[in-house]
Amino acid sequence: MTSFNEQYPPASGAAGAAGAAAKDAVAPRARRRYSADLSALGEPALWGFGGALALGIIMIAVFLMAVLYNGATTFWPKPIEKVELTDGTVIAGVERRGTIFRPDLARLDEDVRATVEANDGFAYRTLYQTANFDIYGDDFRWAADFEMAGITRPEDMYYFERQVWGVFVGRIAQMQIDGQRMDYDPDVFRREQAAARERFREIRRIERNEIGRINQLIERERLAQRRAVLRQGEEAAAPVVAQSQTRIAELQEDFQVLQARVNEIRASDRGFRVTLEEVGGRQIEPEISQIVRYFPANTLGWFGKLRIYVSRWIEFVSAEPREANTQGGVLPAIFGTVAMTLLMVIFVAPFGVITALYLREYAKQGRITSIVRISVNNLAGVPSIVYGVFGLGFFAYTMGGTIDQLFYPENLPNPTFGKGGILWASLTLALLTVPVVIVATEEALAAVPRSMREGSLACGASKWQTIRYVVLPKALPGIMTGMILAMARGAGEVAPLMLVGVVKLAPALPIDGFYPFIHLDRSFMHLGFHIFDVGFQSRNSEAGKPMVFVTTLLLLALIVTMNATAIIIRNRLKRRYATGQF
Amino acid sequence: MTETIEFEPTAYHVKKSNEGPALEIKDFNLWYGETQALFDNNLEIQKGQVTALIGPSGCGKSTLLRCLNRMNDLVDGLRIEGQITVDGFDIYAKGVDVIALRKRMGMVFQKPNPFAMSIYDNITYPLRVDGITKKSILDETVERALTQAALWKEVKDRLQESALGLSGGQQQRLCIARAVASDPEVLLMDEPCSALDPIATARIEDLIEELKGTYSIVMVTHSMAQAARVSDNTAFMYLGRLIEYGDTDTVFTNPQKSRTNDYVTGRFG
Ligand SMILES: Nc1ncnc2c1ncn2[C@@H]1O[C@H](COP(=O)(O)OP(=O)(O)OP(=O)(O)O)[C@@H](O)[C@H]1O
Ligand SMILES: [Mg+2]
Repeated sequence: MTSFNEQYPPASGAAGAAGAAAKDAVAPRARRRYSADLSALGEPALWGFGGALALGIIMIAVFLMAVLYNGATTFWPKPIEKVELTDGTVIAGVERRGTIFRPDLARLDEDVRATVEANDGFAYRTLYQTANFDIYGDDFRWAADFEMAGITRPEDMYYFERQVWGVFVGRIAQMQIDGQRMDYDPDVFRREQAAARERFREIRRIERNEIGRINQLIERERLAQRRAVLRQGEEAAAPVVAQSQTRIAELQEDFQVLQARVNEIRASDRGFRVTLEEVGGRQIEPEISQIVRYFPANTLGWFGKLRIYVSRWIEFVSAEPREANTQGGVLPAIFGTVAMTLLMVIFVAPFGVITALYLREYAKQGRITSIVRISVNNLAGVPSIVYGVFGLGFFAYTMGGTIDQLFYPENLPNPTFGKGGILWASLTLALLTVPVVIVATEEALAAVPRSMREGSLACGASKWQTIRYVVLPKALPGIMTGMILAMARGAGEVAPLMLVGVVKLAPALPIDGFYPFIHLDRSFMHLGFHIFDVGFQSRNSEAGKPMVFVTTLLLLALIVTMNATAIIIRNRLKRRYATGQF
Repeated sequence: MTETIEFEPTAYHVKKSNEGPALEIKDFNLWYGETQALFDNNLEIQKGQVTALIGPSGCGKSTLLRCLNRMNDLVDGLRIEGQITVDGFDIYAKGVDVIALRKRMGMVFQKPNPFAMSIYDNITYPLRVDGITKKSILDETVERALTQAALWKEVKDRLQESALGLSGGQQQRLCIARAVASDPEVLLMDEPCSALDPIATARIEDLIEELKGTYSIVMVTHSMAQAARVSDNTAFMYLGRLIEYGDTDTVFTNPQKSRTNDYVTGRFG
């Protein structure tokens, strides 16, 4: 070590007392000069951070706006345009969208080609939803600007939403009430349509609920017979089988009665028809009960439109899908999404929290716990489809298969639990999201100050009491944050579900009025999958497109609602013992 | 000597005989990882008396105090040597019921550590973990403990509010109340008055005075005056060693070691 004097020798260079004296005489150290200007320069890095934030927010905002705009406007009734084309054909339909395109010049007339060429070979075209799939074989038609001779909005054009075959666009030529043909009268038709829909619902109610129940009971009897035969052998089970047969016979009688009633209603329903005429003059004559909703698109006032808009939304959230999911409602999908997410939370919460508790509070911190922790963190990065494969192979085939053999042998070879179902789907998602919960819980537990634990232990509390009464309540908001993240991830996940139980159409909900009321083995519908299916898998993806936006909007709203609920609960918990020290 | 300890419920604990040491610390060494924090401490804490631990900051007072109810068990890499006995029973021996041991001792920490619960629940916590749920006993305890800790008047109308909403000094008194709530035999206090005003301090000293005789109290303090006022015995620690231990009067007026003299007269520390 060099001494102070060696590093900074006194100016005189003399040693001893002279040096000491010289030290006093050292010239004052030069002071750093500060500028007199005190105005702040700011923090340049802030621009970077702010810019990144703005970019992120803008991307999300654009996405949300697109979904919100398209989703919110889809159900608003639009006018029907009657377009006369230069080649003499007439089409009528609802304008969907327009694009610029490059027509094949060779096929155009001289004068048209000239104008298109003047426009660098580009022209504008419009897509019309001409509907009437049963007549035209297509729902849509492009019409280029240069082939349109005139557009009108005739007042007698109606927009019909039908139970099958989708939309019909055209006018009402005639109607047939109880077999009597008569001219179209709006008031009578409105009344008759409501009555016809009532008949339709009645038929459906009988078929679904009452006949469904009888089928269920017959099926149960049949299974009971097989079970008895399997357990006791053919001969010993004979009396049971005989008894069961008589019950089945009784049930079948009931079934006949109901079926007769359905047929009766159907027969009378056939007398109520409406003659619809498309713009070209071709007619169809469906039952009035087939018409779900109709309105004169071109004369409808603002309130009428609003009524249609609202009624479409109500149908959307409260009815079953029609027309390969491109029309009607998504209630089963909403139900499936919510039920599966809640089930997932029920599975993931105890599992994740207990794991984290053990890892953080009980396990000896060392190499093994570190390895476990790293592994858990990495699990969060495994592609979700891998979980789906695992869920199908392990949960559905292995566990479900074993359950079937043990508890439902009478049903084999038809699987009960040995296939995808809501139980396995939520377990798979629980597995997928458990790392999130574990990590969040561990963080929350670690954040509980040691002094609090010490305070509890000093009061003579056991370790579990300390955890139960002091640590967990304090960590609960953090744990809830983990649950919220897990829920958001789980509700939005689609890929693994396609393997373990989500289907395109499952009218039977996992919860219904038939014993045992909760059917965890059932397949279910899911909004995420619905989007994929409607938008990209259906016969006519153009028809499903608006539904994609509406369903997306609904899914977002659903996730936001679920998360908001969880966040509100968490904030309640937090506020209960708000920290306000000093 | 090696009689077994009987663990009665602490809420109504029977007073022990008033003779002999309550706590005996024998050849006690302690290491935090590689660094030794306590060196060969020998100390007898007398039953029913107040023992003050004094010494400069970082000399190991808290460490020693926290060893008395095995609060240091939570610290990773801690190693000890030597013995601490309670009524002749080695508390660091194998198979000791640490929970029962802690139930016999109340502890006030250097930093207030109320739980994230209501004031009421904070104070009844030691009783509730003991399985006492009778409302009348709990109510009674809350009032007694809060009165003893000079906090009753301030909080009697807000017992169900969060304890975290109290001021620092109130929290400290709450922790004192919590420590005395279960009527422990031994009270371990780590600077119980560090955040209190003179009036509250006087009340706590009164409390100590009142509990003296029934309870054995070990108290860490940085105030020479306080040590002189309330304690019967004083231990002076320096760099992890027990320098001097004896009658408070003797330690303050006629210390045997010059370092003690320097410290109590304020010449260093
Ligand atoms: N958990 C710990 N890990 C490692 N070292 C520690 C720990 N706690 C205390 N020490 C060390 O042990 C020594 C004694 O600490 P202790 O807290 O007992 O001091 P103290 O006498 O209570 O001081 P103060 O009066 O400031 O509270 C100090 O050097 C401290 O750094
Ligand atoms: Mg200390």
